[in-house]
Amino acid sequence: MLTQDEVRHIAKLAKINLTEADVERLAPQISGILDYFAILEEVDTEGVLETSQVTGLESVTRSDEIHMSEIEAALVNCTPHQVEDNSVKIPKIM
Amino acid sequence: MSLVQKSLKDLSTAFQAGEITSREITEAFIAEIEARDSEINAFVTTTFDLAREMADASDSRYNNDTLLSDLDGMPVTLKDVVCTAGVKTTASSNILKDFVPPYNATVWQKLKDAGAVLLGKVNTDEFTMGVSTETSAFGVTKNPHDLTKVSGGSSGGSAAAVAANFCVASIGTDTGGSIRQPAHFCGCTGLKVSYGRVSRWGTIPMASSLDSVGCLAKTAEDCAMVLEVIAGRDVKDSTTPPESVPKYTECLEQPLKGLRIGIPQEYFIEGIDDEIVSVVDSTKAILENLGAKVVDVSLPHTKYGIAAYYIIAPSEISANLSRYDGIRYGSAVEGNSLEEIYTQTREQGFGDEVKRRILIGTYALSAGYYDAYYRKAQKVRTLVKQDFDNAFEEVDALLAPIFPTTAFEVGRDPDPLRDYIEDILTIPANLAGICGVAVPIGKSKAGLPIGVQFLCKAFAEDRALNIAHQIEQTLS
Repeated sequence: MLTQDEVRHIAKLAKINLTEADVERLAPQISGILDYFAILEEVDTEGVLETSQVTGLESVTRSDEIHMSEIEAALVNCTPHQVEDNSVKIPKIM
Repeated sequence: MSLVQKSLKDLSTAFQAGEITSREITEAFIAEIEARDSEINAFVTTTFDLAREMADASDSRYNNDTLLSDLDGMPVTLKDVVCTAGVKTTASSNILKDFVPPYNATVWQKLKDAGAVLLGKVNTDEFTMGVSTETSAFGVTKNPHDLTKVSGGSSGGSAAAVAANFCVASIGTDTGGSIRQPAHFCGCTGLKVSYGRVSRWGTIPMASSLDSVGCLAKTAEDCAMVLEVIAGRDVKDSTTPPESVPKYTECLEQPLKGLRIGIPQEYFIEGIDDEIVSVVDSTKAILENLGAKVVDVSLPHTKYGIAAYYIIAPSEISANLSRYDGIRYGSAVEGNSLEEIYTQTREQGFGDEVKRRILIGTYALSAGYYDAYYRKAQKVRTLVKQDFDNAFEEVDALLAPIFPTTAFEVGRDPDPLRDYIEDILTIPANLAGICGVAVPIGKSKAGLPIGVQFLCKAFAEDRALNIAHQIEQTLS
């Protein structure tokens, strides 16, 4: 069972503000889902390798050449904040 | 048969024979959308002015004998996770409600380069997370066969748009069944490609090791026409292998005589509707009539697929969606500090299902839990994949149900875990990275469509489409 404090802690890690009502609603739902995951304990995975991707491709590389983006300014201008000198202006962090 | 009811193949043939213009075809679809989308809600954004411009350009190419492909002049829609330069792309989320990408996803660029006409962007569950489009920030897409029912999800907008005759084909994505399930609910053909067959570049990701970009259309032949254009290696997506792209449309007529098709016994789960089972039985009979040998097979780890998927997918989701921080793009809530901008933007921008999955993923990946959840799930993924590898030693394809029920009612009681468990028949294919086609076979007594899926090994889309086409020919 995931406690409400644990949900608040995960939300902090995930950088999502949750209201008390959110926490009350989400805690039992997430707990129920995590409890369901216990079904995996039935599976013997001794010596089984992990699958993190299915293509079989390995170390896909490309030549180390510089290509200029033609949409640099358009990309920066996607920000909802002010843009100065092709940079996004955000609140002070120090 | 009215113009909008025709297949892509038939419209393309008529266009290239000079019997009809792309503008006429496009106007017919626009009229259909204007008449009926207010009740169905398939579209998030319509692009009619752009569509008319693109159609006129196709007509000019026809007149100059410079057509680009068989898709030239054909009106399509895109699930609203496919980035379109200059056209809003929202992922049906408030966090991207005004986002206009400055570039095209590879899949749209390829269609555009082939001359396809864009009618608009269609609805999805928020960031493709859901089974009904009910998690969309822009309202549910209703089922064209019964407006009290959902269209399915997450590519419900795509399936409804095809079923309602709003377009000839629609691009969707399938991470855990999101093309096949809505195709089943709405009675259209849905192609889930092998992982890596179609570039994911520029398509807003959900779970990067599971996402696939495919299409929905009226027939398997139409899906083959689209796949020929969108498949292939993309230097911008390093998970696209350099596998050759067959002429899928030329593989459709192969007889099924002698083909071995397996029916996985674990897919007949407790609670599955009798009507769904009987459609699988009738499909089996059709296959046998066509000379295929149908046998029972076992995929013993099927029931563990859900738990493995709902650990792996949310883990990847929590990482992928960390980019929505209210700084570089999307909507933002003003704050006095970066932390405030992050936490409040994400609070207000994401809906409940997205938050739930981010939280589950964050938990599964956090210190102390990684081995028990993520690593264990990846090992189980290996076993699910091996089940398919073993089955494909014995058979050429698998025949299976797609979902335990037909389309369910709009606004049924929310229950996240039930929604997850219902994905049990589609998820294993994504864990294994194989391909499949959902084919409409029959209808329930209540008049709702029922489909089946044919699953084939990775990069055997030609085989899956061949089987689907042969079945469709028999039924038509």
